[in-house]
Amino acid sequence: MDFAWWLNTLILPTIRALVVILVLLTGFAYLTWYERKLLARFQVRYGPNRAGPKGLLQPIADAFKAVFKEEIVPNHVDKPIYLIAPALALVPALLIWAVIPVAKGQAAIADVPIGFLWILAIVGLESYGIILAGWSSNNNYSLLGALRSSAQMIAYELPMGAFLVSILVLAGSFSLVTLVETPRAWWEWIWLWLMFPLFFICILAETNRSPFDLPETENELVAGFQTEYGGIKFALFFMAEYISMITTSAIMATLFFGGYALPFGIGSDFLPWLGPFILAGKVIVLLFLFIWVRASVGRPRYDQLMRFAWKVLLPISLAYFVITVLLTVFFK
Amino acid sequence: MDFSMIFFILVAALSVGAAVGVVASRVAVHSALFLLVHFVTLAILYITLDAQFLAAAQVIIYAGGIVILILFVIMLIGSQPFTGRAGYRTWVPFAGVALGLLMVAGLAYAIVQTPLMPATLPANAGGVPEELGMFLYTQNILLVELAAVLLLVALLGALLLAKWPKAERIVN
Repeated sequence: MDFAWWLNTLILPTIRALVVILVLLTGFAYLTWYERKLLARFQVRYGPNRAGPKGLLQPIADAFKAVFKEEIVPNHVDKPIYLIAPALALVPALLIWAVIPVAKGQAAIADVPIGFLWILAIVGLESYGIILAGWSSNNNYSLLGALRSSAQMIAYELPMGAFLVSILVLAGSFSLVTLVETPRAWWEWIWLWLMFPLFFICILAETNRSPFDLPETENELVAGFQTEYGGIKFALFFMAEYISMITTSAIMATLFFGGYALPFGIGSDFLPWLGPFILAGKVIVLLFLFIWVRASVGRPRYDQLMRFAWKVLLPISLAYFVITVLLTVFFK
Repeated sequence: MDFSMIFFILVAALSVGAAVGVVASRVAVHSALFLLVHFVTLAILYITLDAQFLAAAQVIIYAGGIVILILFVIMLIGSQPFTGRAGYRTWVPFAGVALGLLMVAGLAYAIVQTPLMPATLPANAGGVPEELGMFLYTQNILLVELAAVLLLVALLGALLLAKWPKAERIVN
């Protein structure tokens, strides 16, 4: 165990992880600005325009406000869980980034042979923060929000898992880097893109984004699971939601739109450092989609949401999986 | 002691500690969380043994599915912390300790009797999805099907138990 060993196993991955986290936190801050500006545009308003040019300093002002707010822990909460829940909400969204390919042959941190399963596993852990926040708050509104969230996440995880496994069968490899670099036939692309809208619906439900933000419906549940949270702890939940948006956009860009590569292999050889920027561009376009949906679609009732997951999405996803397997066996 | 040994001892200690927490905790949700920690540390141990697929399956199924369902049920039926002691006969704790010791002895005997194999790649191919799939769905297909039938029966049984009183009420 000489210095090179330590460098490669511990020091370099740590630096990479810090860079990824730093980029994501900045991305989160400016995603809030992006969303507020876009929502304002959709509603024919200006949006934030006071702090800095075009309101660009607004996220920094918000961050200072959240950090310096008084830290209030209500007396009736289960203290250890109440304090750990915001962190548990945020960590999985960051963890997924470890396996996402960002440049030619390179994952953000490590190209593990089970990259695909890593995503499935961490997505499964994402609901803990919300469930525990709702329970530990010892408040009926919070608890209802948490119950809704867990039922919703369990329901939408199934079709999402079936879709992911279909992509896996089509790609034939658990590694995401291999997935991006293996060329696909034209019918594979069409077959994938047919599924994209359904997958996107699952992602909206998984990230608790509007129109599926039922765990925090303000007209029935005050603020749902985060009712008892304030200051930086509330900001952590906010951060978790927005970073999962970025993360899931990156996953979708990787699975459906070629990740860090340009279409038709343009510039793949002479511009390897361009990869992260191309990925970021695709992520920004997909984030626009999230915000567009939020500005356009109303929220369904809770029973409609559950019925749609179990009676529409799940059968479709299973049928899609079976057809994908048949296509792979007969045409590849 | 090399680095991996220290790592193993740390993770194993955490795992055992969490397992003790599951039975010792007086709040049901805390028990469920200790169970989660236990499952995650087990997954880490699998990874150190190169069984990455097993580790991922462990997290997906147990941490991502089962514990969430447990939490869901605890929240639905409400969870008051246990205060005071459970009522039991005086000999029960002794019987528990004796049975526990018997189990430890049995496990120790089994471990001593099993010849230890060096951790070579073929021995650990059980952790690679391709090998595992070939192993399960060719040689052991009958066992896989039987396990599926078992789960189906359990599901139907649970459904029957849950539905039974309601059906009776309709008849009455």
